Amino acid sequence: MENILEQIGIDNYIYLSTLLFCVGAFGVLYRRNAIVMFMSIEIMLNAVNLLLVAFSTYHQDAAGQVFVFFSMAVAAAEVAVGLAILVAVYRNIKNIDIDNLKKLKG
Amino acid sequence: MDVSFILIILLFGAVATYFVGDKWASKAALIFSTCAFAATLYVIYRYNMGEKVSYLQTWMSRPRIVIGLQADGMSLLMLLLTTALTPIIVLTSFGNLFPKSRSFYALILFMAFAMAGTFLAVDGLLYYIFWELSLIPIYFIALIWGSGEAERRKKDVVKFFIYTFAGSLFMLVAFIYLYTKTGSFLNLHLYNAKLTDTEQLWIFLGFFLAYAIKIPIIPFHTWQANVYQKAPAAGTMLLSGIMLKMALYSIIRWQLPIAPKAAHDYKYIFIALCVAGVIYGSILALKQTNLKKLLAYSSLAHVGLIAAGAYTLTIDGLRGAFVQMIAHGFVVVGLFYAAEIISRRYKTEEIAEMGGIRIQSAKFASMFMILVMASVALPGTFNFIGEFELLYSLAQANIWLAVLGGTTIILGAFYMLRMFQQVMLGDKGTKVFKDVTFGEGFTFVLIIAVLLFFGLYPRPITDFVTPSLQKVLVYINQIN
Amino acid sequence: MDTNLALLLLLAPLAGFLLNIFIGKKLSGNVSGILGSVAVAVSFAVTLKFFLQVNGGGEPINVNLFKWMTLANFDVNFAFQLDQLSLLWLMFVTGIGTLIHIYSISYMHGDENIHKYFGYLNLFVFFMITLVMGSNLLIMFIGWEGVGLCSYLLIGFWYKNHDFNDAAKKAFIMNRIGDLGFLIGIFIIGYLFHSVDYIDIKNAITSGNLDIDMTWLGIATLCLFIGACGKSAQIPLYTWLPDAMAGPTPVSALIHAATMVTAGIFMITRLNFLFDLTPDVQNIIAIVGAFTSLIAASIGLAQNDIKKVLAYSTVSQLGLMFLALGLGAYHVAVFHVITHAFFKACLFLGSGSVIHAMHGEQDMRYMGGLRKVMGVTFITFLISTLAISGLPPFSGFFSKDEILMTAFHHNKVLWVVGSIASIMTAFYMFRLLYLTFYKDFRGTEEQKKHLHESPSLITFPLIVLAILALVGGAISLPGHSWLNEYLSPILTNHIEHHELGTTAYMLMGIAIIGALIGIGIAYFKYIKQGFVPGKDEEITGFSKVLYNKFYVDEIYTAIIVKPIYALGAFFKNVTEVAFSGFIFGLGRLANALSTQGKVIQNGSIGFYLLVFVLGICSIIAYIFLK
Repeated sequence: MENILEQIGIDNYIYLSTLLFCVGAFGVLYRRNAIVMFMSIEIMLNAVNLLLVAFSTYHQDAAGQVFVFFSMAVAAAEVAVGLAILVAVYRNIKNIDIDNLKKLKG
Repeated sequence: MDVSFILIILLFGAVATYFVGDKWASKAALIFSTCAFAATLYVIYRYNMGEKVSYLQTWMSRPRIVIGLQADGMSLLMLLLTTALTPIIVLTSFGNLFPKSRSFYALILFMAFAMAGTFLAVDGLLYYIFWELSLIPIYFIALIWGSGEAERRKKDVVKFFIYTFAGSLFMLVAFIYLYTKTGSFLNLHLYNAKLTDTEQLWIFLGFFLAYAIKIPIIPFHTWQANVYQKAPAAGTMLLSGIMLKMALYSIIRWQLPIAPKAAHDYKYIFIALCVAGVIYGSILALKQTNLKKLLAYSSLAHVGLIAAGAYTLTIDGLRGAFVQMIAHGFVVVGLFYAAEIISRRYKTEEIAEMGGIRIQSAKFASMFMILVMASVALPGTFNFIGEFELLYSLAQANIWLAVLGGTTIILGAFYMLRMFQQVMLGDKGTKVFKDVTFGEGFTFVLIIAVLLFFGLYPRPITDFVTPSLQKVLVYINQIN
Repeated sequence: MDTNLALLLLLAPLAGFLLNIFIGKKLSGNVSGILGSVAVAVSFAVTLKFFLQVNGGGEPINVNLFKWMTLANFDVNFAFQLDQLSLLWLMFVTGIGTLIHIYSISYMHGDENIHKYFGYLNLFVFFMITLVMGSNLLIMFIGWEGVGLCSYLLIGFWYKNHDFNDAAKKAFIMNRIGDLGFLIGIFIIGYLFHSVDYIDIKNAITSGNLDIDMTWLGIATLCLFIGACGKSAQIPLYTWLPDAMAGPTPVSALIHAATMVTAGIFMITRLNFLFDLTPDVQNIIAIVGAFTSLIAASIGLAQNDIKKVLAYSTVSQLGLMFLALGLGAYHVAVFHVITHAFFKACLFLGSGSVIHAMHGEQDMRYMGGLRKVMGVTFITFLISTLAISGLPPFSGFFSKDEILMTAFHHNKVLWVVGSIASIMTAFYMFRLLYLTFYKDFRGTEEQKKHLHESPSLITFPLIVLAILALVGGAISLPGHSWLNEYLSPILTNHIEHHELGTTAYMLMGIAIIGALIGIGIAYFKYIKQGFVPGKDEEITGFSKVLYNKFYVDEIYTAIIVKPIYALGAFFKNVTEVAFSGFIFGLGRLANALSTQGKVIQNGSIGFYLLVFVLGICSIIAYIFLK
């Protein structure tokens, strides 16, 4: 395992996951389509997962990888719930543009 | 069998009562509450035998919270009050045909569960959870089954809820601050927290706000009369008979030993405030035209005296507070029950529209008279023991406080006898007053028997509570 | 054996009460009356046994039942003692009590609640016995408040009439003012002496090394005296007693003349060792007593209700007793208590007999000439009137003379005040006698037809009491006093002996002449001139002030009751509204703030996300740039 980190330094993992995270974040902020926003959130989550795995190897500590499994399971559950909500929304207003979802305000 | 068993009976009883359906709910509630009472007696018996009846189990390690139900003289006595009054309160509701009665009785048991938990909890956070939990059932009981116009009632009940809830938050803040200092919520650890004078004052005030609203002490009492009037009789009894004793108990269990320096430094301010409440409540009671409101203000006066006694920080004051808590619990339940019986038959709560009951039901008049006399602390009733010790503790603090607090025995006689005359006497027999039924009479006899027996022989109660009070008093008197 | 008998003495009336209350309704009125009388008679029999035992040199009996209360400084036992003083009191409480129970069987005949009447009367006797028998202040306090309760129940016995209920309520509340004083007194004594047992306190004082603050002791005795004022109707707490006449007449005789109202004197005599230590308080007691005596007697001059006259005369006589107490002459006060119990009970019962014959009429303006039809009542009434007026050889002469003599030796002003009160007493009592029994009948024809002598159940107690009123003075004759001997173990201070010299005879002469002057004026005005008091509105001048009792009730209403109600109205309409408004104000404030704050919550998810991301960025920036 150590050779992987020897071949590609830990800093590269950090750069990559930062990049992925930023892509995700901008995606969430920029796009209006709820499905695409979901995908962006997934990208952010996976960026974090990647970083967790990388550091797990770096620190020789399996806890990080266990955590990733948790996070993946939670993400899957979250997507299932989220998509179900979106389906329900779509049935009601026939689109999933978040600009049309303004009813929930104070 | 330890004390957790009683909580389980009550909680299980609440669930079971809900599921047996409307028809059998009242009976189920009576059975479960009586079981809880019997279990309490058994636990007290075991406690007296020197066996272990406390229950301690770690709940979380960070933050460190323990499910700790400690049984000592103080908490067992209050537990006994709760479980003894609950069947009586259930009995008093028998004559009422409530809609959704299964929820009603389930909520009563749930409330008893929460209150019993509050009295037993030894861990601050657990105590806080029970404390707030007890607010939920009473909120629904008052809101759904209350009397009067629904909108007005809602306003008063919501005010009560938010008011007491907001007050409790200050207590939560105090607990959290204490946790940061000691790393524990257990009361013994909190007693030993090394706090500066300023910290003690703020913590004392945080607790005070929560308790002053719940008891209530003037000027935090404005929720009381309206809620007492509008809640159904059972709700009023739960509130005045047991729930406000939670706050009085907590003063002795939590507030005083945790912040003893502040308690000693500022005791006269708080005693004076409580004594002012005694006079204020008594005089206001004179002006009430609504029977339940009159009783509410008289309750304000009586509990003001209890709190004043607790703040004197003497053994007489603390013991008197406990005795009077029990005595007041019973007498106030009896009086509200009498008020409920009258208003059920006369369809009014206005004193001016009553009268001439004694001609029609001498039995009821006699029992009401005994309750009135207990309420004004006639020697021979349990209330006298309590008021005597309380006033004696006030006299030790300052003789004038005893004189001012003692006006309660004059003003109390004034408004209670005035009320008795207008409600019961005279020959205005225009409205028909059906004689008391066997069930009603039985309930009264239970209450009166307790008041008279312990009035003549109070030692089972005073001797039971004194050792624990002395232990707490050690913490209260340890000022740096 | 003694313990059981003592308990029987205490509990027999309680048993009578319980039986009458619980099964009395099923019994006929006479049966429940007999039940009540027997209950008290049993107590009397037991008392008599103990009395003879103790009078023959026997030891006082102590009964300790159990520990009642524990306080930081002292314990309170549920304990009783039968010593000389309590037995003496019990003798006339149960003795006169029995007579009045018998009298009531006939007097209350036919009342729908007669079983309750006897129940309450028995309960009263029970509490009175508790009061007298208790061996510490708290047990006395149980009896003290208990008799107040019974007094309340019996004054308002005819509960359909709200005037009677008002009188009952007033009696209870005014008594409670005194009771608060008593309670505070108990607190201070318990704190000072670490006990409330009479014996402990007495031992602490007589042991010689007493180390307590005398100021506090003075406050304590003053507080106890306030308690006595309430129960024994002294200024300023006397106004309830005349109103208490609303109750049935035997009740007035038992409670409001012979027994309950003497509880204050009993208490002070019981604690004579304490009061002896505080001479300032004793002076206050003497002055209050003397002036109560004068004021009540002067009000008595102008009353037309037969029972009101007797009520004010009771207040006045109690004042004389307090005068004696204040002068330290406890045995004299006790002597007067006993003779007063005899003749005043007889007077009240006699007036009851008159009222019975008159079918409830109490106004003397509509009586007159009754001696022709009511021979026994008249003669017994005459004997008692002579006794209260202080003419020898009737009992009242000896006791009153001793009080005045003691006053003369201590303070001439008090003696003058007491003497004037006595002259007034002689006047108004004969006024009452003449208006009621002499001249012609002034009532309606209907009433005249039904006039009759009362049945023997009523006249029997009258005769017994009249005999006692006649010879009762024998227990303490000048020069040879059985009573002083008997009481000497109770009184710590040496009993003063007044020599039967010229001064004594002169004082007796003055007293007799004073009484004769009072009687003479009454004779002249009501027999010779045949004067009859006019209607209420015709009364003018000073008589009007007297007739209206110096307007004391009105003054109390104006300066105490009204302000309390006004304060109540102020609290209700101003402070309550203000407190409540403040809380609602807080609620409105929160509401207003949230109206402003909800603008941020605009519903746009994109905006929320932007704020969310910016927030995180700023947190990260803060962490890194810190």
